[in-house]
Formats: sequence, structure tokens, C-alpha cells
Amino acid sequence: MSFNALLYTSLAIFGIGLLYKVFTWFFFKIGFQGHEATTGQRVGAAAAGIAGTVFSAKILTLLKVFFVDILLQIRILKTDALRWVMHMLMFWGFMLLLLMHAMDQLITVNLFGNYQSTVNPYLFLRDFFGAMVIAGVLIALYRRFILKVPRLKTSGMDVYAIAIVALILVSGLVLEGVKITSHSRFQSMVEDYGDPDDAEAVKALESLWVKDYGLVSPTVKGPFDPKVLAQGREVHADNCAECHSAPQWAFMGYATSRILKPAALALDRSGGPNFLWYLHILLCFAGLAYLPFSKMFHIVVTPISLLANAVMDEEHASPANVMTRQVMELDACTHCGTCSLYCSAMMAYEARGNAYILPSEKMTFLKALVRKKDLTSRQRSAIQEGVYLCTNCDRCTVVCPSGINLRQMWRKVREDLVQQGEAEPLVLSPFSLVRGLNREALPAKLYDRPLQKVRRALAGDFDKLMDPARPLSLEAAGNPSGKQPENETFAHCFGCQNCTSVCPVVQSYEDPTAHLGLLPHQLMCSLGMGLMEMASGARMLWDCVTCYQCQEHCPQNVKVADLLYELKNTAVKNWEKARTVEDSVPAGAA
Amino acid sequence: MSRYALFLGCNIPARVKQYDLSARAVLEKLDVELVDDPQFNCCGYPMRNSDPEAYLLSAAKNLALAEKQGLDMLVLCQCCYGSLKKAAHVMKSDDAVTEAVRAHLADHGLSYEGQTRIKHLLSVLYHDVGLEKLKEKILRPYKNLHIAVHYGCHALRPSDITEFDDPVAPTLIDELVEITGAKSVDWPLKLECCGAPAMGINDDLSMNLARKKLNDGRQAGAQYLCTACPYCQIQFDTVQQMILAHDREMEALPAMVYPQILGLGMGIDGQKLGIGMNTLDITEVPSFLSKE
Repeated sequence: MSFNALLYTSLAIFGIGLLYKVFTWFFFKIGFQGHEATTGQRVGAAAAGIAGTVFSAKILTLLKVFFVDILLQIRILKTDALRWVMHMLMFWGFMLLLLMHAMDQLITVNLFGNYQSTVNPYLFLRDFFGAMVIAGVLIALYRRFILKVPRLKTSGMDVYAIAIVALILVSGLVLEGVKITSHSRFQSMVEDYGDPDDAEAVKALESLWVKDYGLVSPTVKGPFDPKVLAQGREVHADNCAECHSAPQWAFMGYATSRILKPAALALDRSGGPNFLWYLHILLCFAGLAYLPFSKMFHIVVTPISLLANAVMDEEHASPANVMTRQVMELDACTHCGTCSLYCSAMMAYEARGNAYILPSEKMTFLKALVRKKDLTSRQRSAIQEGVYLCTNCDRCTVVCPSGINLRQMWRKVREDLVQQGEAEPLVLSPFSLVRGLNREALPAKLYDRPLQKVRRALAGDFDKLMDPARPLSLEAAGNPSGKQPENETFAHCFGCQNCTSVCPVVQSYEDPTAHLGLLPHQLMCSLGMGLMEMASGARMLWDCVTCYQCQEHCPQNVKVADLLYELKNTAVKNWEKARTVEDSVPAGAA
Repeated sequence: MSRYALFLGCNIPARVKQYDLSARAVLEKLDVELVDDPQFNCCGYPMRNSDPEAYLLSAAKNLALAEKQGLDMLVLCQCCYGSLKKAAHVMKSDDAVTEAVRAHLADHGLSYEGQTRIKHLLSVLYHDVGLEKLKEKILRPYKNLHIAVHYGCHALRPSDITEFDDPVAPTLIDELVEITGAKSVDWPLKLECCGAPAMGINDDLSMNLARKKLNDGRQAGAQYLCTACPYCQIQFDTVQQMILAHDREMEALPAMVYPQILGLGMGIDGQKLGIGMNTLDITEVPSFLSKE
């Protein structure tokens, strides 16, 4: 297949992939929050938004972002200098190779009339840019596999991205090395630009090229007669010098040619230069064709994300545009792990081992979710916990080098999951503060649903246990959930009810028992009687504001509020245990 | 000059930036140097309901990070403060849980031996800077400004752990407010909960607790409320506005964080103290300052 056929095929695949991806930005949806816009409406909203931005003062912001965040990538520098060096080497090296070398017939030739890939400065620059990329790749490998940057996870996509860049570079390098040594190339050049019938001149030239230009010849070997070399220099000056700088300027290719020297003749005879040329361009074209589907797509999307987020105002942007931007942001995420490195909840990840607590892993998950991959119930509860176990500190959004508005992403996905998923104990924790502050974004009934769900789940058999008609069981203390709290101060309670009378929650209700199930002193009393299961089902636990008035005012030094914490922990543990048992029952057996 | 590792927590940088701004502005003038550590993570407070191990590990990591720098911690949030103080207390004992935490910290090249002390911003101002020095720095004392001081539960209680002030008759924040020339009013619900821990869980309860306190402060003649915690500030600012939106009868009692009050008295520009960043308007406060 000819070069052009390959090029156009890969360009066509790239183009179709690009169109498909852009289509998904306007088609896929993330999250709940009720806004429905058709693809057509979303395209219209985006066009209006872009036009409104470009023809306004915001264009200055866009220009600033283009230079500071896209060309200089200062956002990366702010969090990690080594990573910035790595990325700048790869970005600039790759871009310059693309423009000067890969697209030389389109760009370089037109900019510089004297362009020849084998003449300086182009000969040197090609290797120099290549060296930049290779240095960047080496730093990338070092960070991932030797330095082991904490919480930097490596997925198949990350391996592919490093591999495709490395393979393109290495194949190009070996191609250059083999071409330097290639005797068949030498012969064909002599045929095209010299006089192949002048055997003496050819031999002189060949001698010179073997000596100084890295050529490996099957027949001509040193040591050389200075006279022959002098003649070779003349021939060289007349026929070759115009188009060939010394190959040593291509310092990496030349070094490669020296390494390959022992095998050079065999490589040349077996068609090495041709094979390597095909390999190199096939790798380039494969990378190009697959680009829209790979992590390397961030080359296109991350700048768009940075620009869009710089000018889109969270509160006033049209919901249709926010939706489109969010789907696009999934493509802008490079899985670099910066968010996870700074995540405030990182220790919860380490304690609980749920990778979805880390923002970078949540993004990986969302990429799959948006395409409606089916989830197992275990995955679903893990992602639900991961999305909810977030302190809303916004650090991920502040540090994201791609400028992704992760804060808004979590808020949307979180609501979706707690509405549709099973009960989530974290909903009854201070992690819900931000959801509470945004309660008015949802209809009251929907807002309450996840709360009701988890209150029911954590109450266990509370109502049954509280039924006055229930026969008293002597087994309560022997029940597995009846394990007594570690903190045994409840045993000192003599029932003065100080805790209950100072409790601001109790004071908030006309009929506190009806609302709260058991009041603080009743909880202490239940513990004294070994009724752990009953105590851990009381609604009081979750309405406790942890103000510690009870504990401070206890004449007996009972750690009332701490015990309430312990009871909450027990309730969550019992619920988790019950759920695991349910999970392990095969379908249909229940 | 004293140095502290500044512990901002999660709420302040995201939702109460004026507390960060005003605390830094004030401490700069008082020669207190703050060291930021981007490795600090959540204090663990929101995990206490569900996972005590995750809570302790999260809190202890911060203590260990500060200890590695050889610094005491200056904490702005009272919930972070209570959480870290509790963790420091728990870490004094040797049992299976603290052992596991120690081992985990060691994996990060960290350890916590109890050297780092945890101090709330107001304790630093009161004890370390001292009222005398603060008084000298007040260039424009307030006149006719009545403030309801909100103490905040997690600084005050459990007092054997938090060691902030007398849990029944505290005076620390009142004194700090009064050196600015403002009057700290007596109000019965001064030491009660703001309701923030229930926000998002039982919003009616949360808003009721806030409403009761706000009405109480108003009735005692306060024009503004003083907080020293982002949770309390959010409750009396953002949540108060939600309450006001549904209750046209109720009169607002805007809240501000203590370093905003102090900073204005010290002659710091209101913009540097973020007084325009509060949800409820506090831009009239400078009109109570005496003329320069």
C-alpha cells in the first residue's frame, strides 16, 4: 500500500473518530439534576456560547489561557516541577517533530526554501526534538515505575500512551541509524546524483563515507589511502555536500548506527531500511487513527477544556452547555493523578481500600459509566461511597492541569447515585453539608429520598424491637450485634437524665421520643441492659449534633456523645455485614 | 516571632475564604508566621460517624506532618480542632487501633510522638500573642457595636480533651471581642450548637437550632454575631439566608468570623478581610469604627 493510501486511511479513521467523539459530547449525559436538552439544542447552545465569548472581552482571557496554561502549562508547574519538565519535553518535542518533520512537505518546505531533512539545522533539530520526547518518556517511566508517585495509578490507557510515543520515536531512531549505514541507499543515491560508471570515483566516495559518514560497506574497508580520501572529498563536494551535513549532527541516529554497525550489512540486505520505514510510518498512522479513542486525545481536548472552564461561569452558564462540557471533560482527563495526590480524603482511601474515593479513579469510572456499561452491585456501592466520601474541599478542581471542573462533576454524579442506588450511610454524616446547602436545586421529595432510604436501612429492626407487645428475649446479650461498646463508662449511669435535659436536639421536639426513638439517657440505659441492637437502631444517633453537652454535663463522667459515635459505627458495621451476606447469597436462593 | 503550621481544613478554602484571608491578614500584623503544607488532608471529622479507623488515620497523618516540620498547628476550624485534639488524645494510648495507625504512618515515612501541640486561632491570639499586644494594635476601636459571641461546640467540649476554655463559663472569645471596643452581649444560648452538623441530614432540626440562636442573639441586643469556625459561619451566614428566604418576619443577624472584627479594628482594609465575601451583608460594620 502506498504512503498516501495509508495516510488517507488513517486520516479518515481519525476524522471519523473525532466526529464521533464530538458527537458524544453533545449526545451523552452525565448525572441527574433533571435537565433534558436534545443534541440539537446542545449544539445550538454551544454555538451561541462560543460566539458570545469570542466576540466579547473574554477573548482576552482565552488568549491568556492559551499562552499560560496551554503553551507553558503553568498549572502543571504549580503542582510538580518534575512532571512539568516531563510534559514540556514531550509536548514541545512531539509538536515540533510533528510540524517540522512529519509535516515537512506541508509546512517546513513552504517556510524555509532551503529545507532538506539531511541538512543542518534540520538534521540536528530532528534529533534534538526526538531527544526531548525520549527524555520525557524516560521521566514518565521513572515517575510511574521507580519513583512510584503516590496514588498515581497505571491503567492500560496510560501504558498505551507511553508505549505509542516511545515506539514511534524508537522506530524513527532505528530507521535513521540503519539508513546512515545502508549500502543500498548509498548505491541508489550514487545512481541518482553521481556517475555510477566512474568506478574509481565511486570507490573514493564510498571510502570517504565509510570513514566519515557512518556507511557500512560490504567491500570497502579501511585503512584508507589519504589520496583516495582526498579524491572522495572532491566527489563528495561536487555531488553530495549540498544535501548532506555530517551525520554526527543527528547525534542519536548516528549513535544508533554505531550500535547497529555489526548487523548493518545483514539489515541492509534483508530490506531493513524499507521495513523500518514502513514500521515507523505505520506506527505514526496507527497512533493518528487511534488518537481520538486513546488517552492521547487529550492533545486536542485538554486545551478546549482549559479554555471552556476559563470563561464558563458555574452559576450562569446554560445547563445544556455545562452538560456538554462535562462529557467533553471526560476526554480531557489524562489520568495524571494530580487530583488524587492532593485529595483531602486520601487517608480514607488508604484506610478503606476503595480506589473510587480517589478523584482520578472516579473519572476513569465515569468514562465507562457515560457509555452505560453495566455495573455489578458491588461496583455500584463502591462508586457510591467513593463519590460521597468527599469533603468538597475543591482541591481537585484547583489543581487539575486540564482545568476540569471536578467539583461540579461530583455534585452531579453524587445525586444520581444516591437517588438510584441503595442506602448510603455517608448520607447521614457531615459529608452531606454541601448537599444540604444546595437543597433548593432539587424538589423536596427527591431531596429527602436518599435520607429516608438510609435511615430505614440503619434502623434495622428498631421498630420491632421497641414493640411493647414483643415478648422479652433473654438472648439479647448473646446476639452477635449485641457486642458491648469498648467504652464502658455507660455502666456508671444512674439515670439522672441530665444528658437528655441539656440535649438541644431533644429540646427541639414536642414529642422527642416519637421523633428520636430513644433519648440519650435511654440509650445509656439500653447499653446497661445489653440491648445494643436496639440502641444502634435509634434515630437519635443520626440526629445527634455532637455538641457534647450531654457528656460535659454528666455527673458520672459517662462519655455519652462518644458512646453515640460508637453506636453509629456499630449500626454502619452491622448494615455493611448484612449487605455482604446478601451479596454472597446466589441469585434466586433468597 | 512565632511560627505555626496552618491547618485550613476543607471548608474554608472552598466556602469561607474570608476566614482564610482575614486570619492571614491579622496574623501578619501580629508577627505570627504561617507555614502552609499542601500535604495536609481532611481532619477526619466527617468520617467519625461511619469509620473510626479512617477518621483516626486521617487526623493522625496531619499531626505527624506538622510534627515532621517541628511546628505546632494553628487551626481555624473548630470541628477540625476538636477532631485533631481527640486524635492526639487517642494516640497517647497503645492499643491495636493506634498501633495500626502508627504502622500506616510509618509507611509514609511519618510518625507522631505527641510533640506537636494543636491550637485554635483564638487560643493563639489570646495566650500566645496576648491581650496586651492586641490592644496596642487596635487603632480604631468600635463604638456602639454589640456582638453576640458564639463559642462553638467542638472547641469548648468535651473540655477535658479540647482544653480551650472553661466549658460552663467561658470568657476567652468575649474578652477578645471586647478589646476591639465592641460590646459582647449576654445571651442565654451563647454556648449552644449552631446546628451545622445536622445540615444535610435533618435540615429542619439544623435550621431550628440556628433560628433559635439567632432570635436569642437579636433579643439580647446584638447587631452581629461572631464565629470562629467555618461550619458555624456557614450556618449563620449561608443557612441563615436560606431561613430568611422562607421567613419574612425574621430579622437578620449577620455573622462574621472573629479575625474580620479584629482586623477592621486594627485598621486593615475591609477588602483584605474579605468583608464583601459574606453572604449576608456586613459592609456596614466599618461605620462603627471610631475616626482615625
